Amino acid sequence: MKNLNKKLSGAAKKDLLTYVFVIAAFIIVNILSSAGVLGRSKQGLLVPICCYIVMALSLNLTVGVMGELSLGHAGFMSIGAFTGVVVSMSLVESIPSAPVRLLIAMVCGAVFAGLAGLLIGIPVLRLRGDYLAIVTLAFGEIIKELINCLIVGYDTNGLHIIFNFRGDKSIADLNLVEGGTAIIKGAQGATGTKTIATFTAGFILILVSLFIILNFVRSRTGRAVLAIRDNRIAAESVGINIMKYKMIAFVISTAIAGAAGALYGLNYSNLSATKFDFNTSILVLVFVVLGGLGNMLGSIIAATVLYILPEALREFADYRMLLYAIVLILVMLATNSPKLRNLFQKIIPFKKKEGGKVE
Amino acid sequence: MKDFQKGKMVPVPSNSIIPERDIEERPVLECLHLGVDFGGLKAVDDFNLTVGKTEIAGLIGPNGAGKTTIFNLLTKVYTPTRGTIILDGMDTSGKNTVQINKMGIARTFQNIRLFSNLTVEENIKVGLHNQVKYLTPTGIFRLPSYWKKEKEFHERAMELLSIFDMENMSDWQAGSLPYGAQRRLEIVRALATNPKLLLLDEPAAGMNPNETAELMENIVKIRDTFKVAVLLIEHDMNLVMGICEGICVLNFGQIIAKGTAQEIQSNPAVIEAYLGHKKED
Repeated sequence: MKNLNKKLSGAAKKDLLTYVFVIAAFIIVNILSSAGVLGRSKQGLLVPICCYIVMALSLNLTVGVMGELSLGHAGFMSIGAFTGVVVSMSLVESIPSAPVRLLIAMVCGAVFAGLAGLLIGIPVLRLRGDYLAIVTLAFGEIIKELINCLIVGYDTNGLHIIFNFRGDKSIADLNLVEGGTAIIKGAQGATGTKTIATFTAGFILILVSLFIILNFVRSRTGRAVLAIRDNRIAAESVGINIMKYKMIAFVISTAIAGAAGALYGLNYSNLSATKFDFNTSILVLVFVVLGGLGNMLGSIIAATVLYILPEALREFADYRMLLYAIVLILVMLATNSPKLRNLFQKIIPFKKKEGGKVE
Repeated sequence: MKDFQKGKMVPVPSNSIIPERDIEERPVLECLHLGVDFGGLKAVDDFNLTVGKTEIAGLIGPNGAGKTTIFNLLTKVYTPTRGTIILDGMDTSGKNTVQINKMGIARTFQNIRLFSNLTVEENIKVGLHNQVKYLTPTGIFRLPSYWKKEKEFHERAMELLSIFDMENMSDWQAGSLPYGAQRRLEIVRALATNPKLLLLDEPAAGMNPNETAELMENIVKIRDTFKVAVLLIEHDMNLVMGICEGICVLNFGQIIAKGTAQEIQSNPAVIEAYLGHKKED
């Protein structure tokens, strides 16, 4: 054990701890639910929690690792969600196996959200700081509005897609042949979706996202991104192409958000684009900031606790959101206090080197 | 002024102060009539300088003379308004900072710019970015070549750190290093990019006399081991007069003197720039 301790660097130890934590949490939750301790309503929360954890991890790559504030992350989740729903519903007959369909839906969601990230990244990543935040916010809203006028149906002839920009079109304009299904119905959103998302799929998605993000950060590309965050001018002076490396990080981040969205979309039979508005983006940002910028384990814990919290406060009825706000402020104060930080450092098994180690 | 074709050899300007051992070689840096305007102000004007392949050259002058501006022109942080910069026979016009670094100019900064949240070793690895390469997916999936290349990263970083005996500091956070060590780390990071010309902006600032003496030895050692040219800005005259083979004095954006240390020390224009002129009775 001591040998192993020596061999692994601080960063590798922390990564290992994160994986162990996620796997342990999965096992505990599974035992609890099979023992019947978790009620139906609590079990219903498991998949959304997984989705928001993955969203927090993904946004942490943009905000924590790349150092740019993105306020439109829900937009990419939305692209993933609706892509996932369309793919899954179109493949109902050709691929009867639900897990395989879910996997394909998540991959397609990731690809489409990644492509959107690439397109949006071209103008957005040229900006910095506040300007970047404002423009991502705008793109988030644009995506929401675009999906709001989307009408998609599927029949034996394939996919039918129309954009209802003027508000004068309806499902009838899809001209579906008999036996076809309308998947997305404009402002109404996706209805009648077959829910195939499972907690296990969510757990696997978390592990895969963690694997991608942590390995990315510890690679040559990740180091370049961290260098750009720390000092842009110095990074340029040692020959690092700022735009290229920001783009790589942003596309990975949006693709992961797309996969999370696909899982989320396939967890509800009714889903409207307005679910993925500015509030959702901010909610995920709160998870990331409270969990600690660049700290993946922190994001996971923050997303879990803060997603359960409003549900747990349900018995306070009207005062629910008030209490939620107070708890948020208390957590913020607590995590910023140096005394508590020192306490945490004593509890957590890896010691900081002189002057502190990275992350 | 002659027109220089991109990538073509250019004749050596007559005003060079290249050391004898480099005389046969093509100079590593030539600035011809270089100038930049900020609004109506000519921050640098008609700047001509030639640096030999293994020369240590100094750029001195009072505060605000435009020394750092020249570094920023050479690395294309600013785009020159006039003139040409030729690096090892290649015209650098139209290139950006990143391309300039790849062509062979590396620099340090007057106000230290390290990646302060990364470790010392990681700082060097970022410097080695264009020297050791693998693709992003290789890194994400940790394919065999990832381990091989990361090992190479580690070994080369340690080798570079050994120039300043900083191997034992490799896992320190760069921002927490003592001031002198931060300056040294910046030099090592610049060296990691495998430059032909190293620009040092006040490398001895904030160092005590012992550290400065050690730095002087190390600059000469770096030049001898890596066969690089060094152009440095410095206010510490012991350092400049001690190691610079050619010195260029700048005042108000213009060259007022050029030559060896002895020539500069006795030049009346230089004395006037630094001390002001005698009042005539």
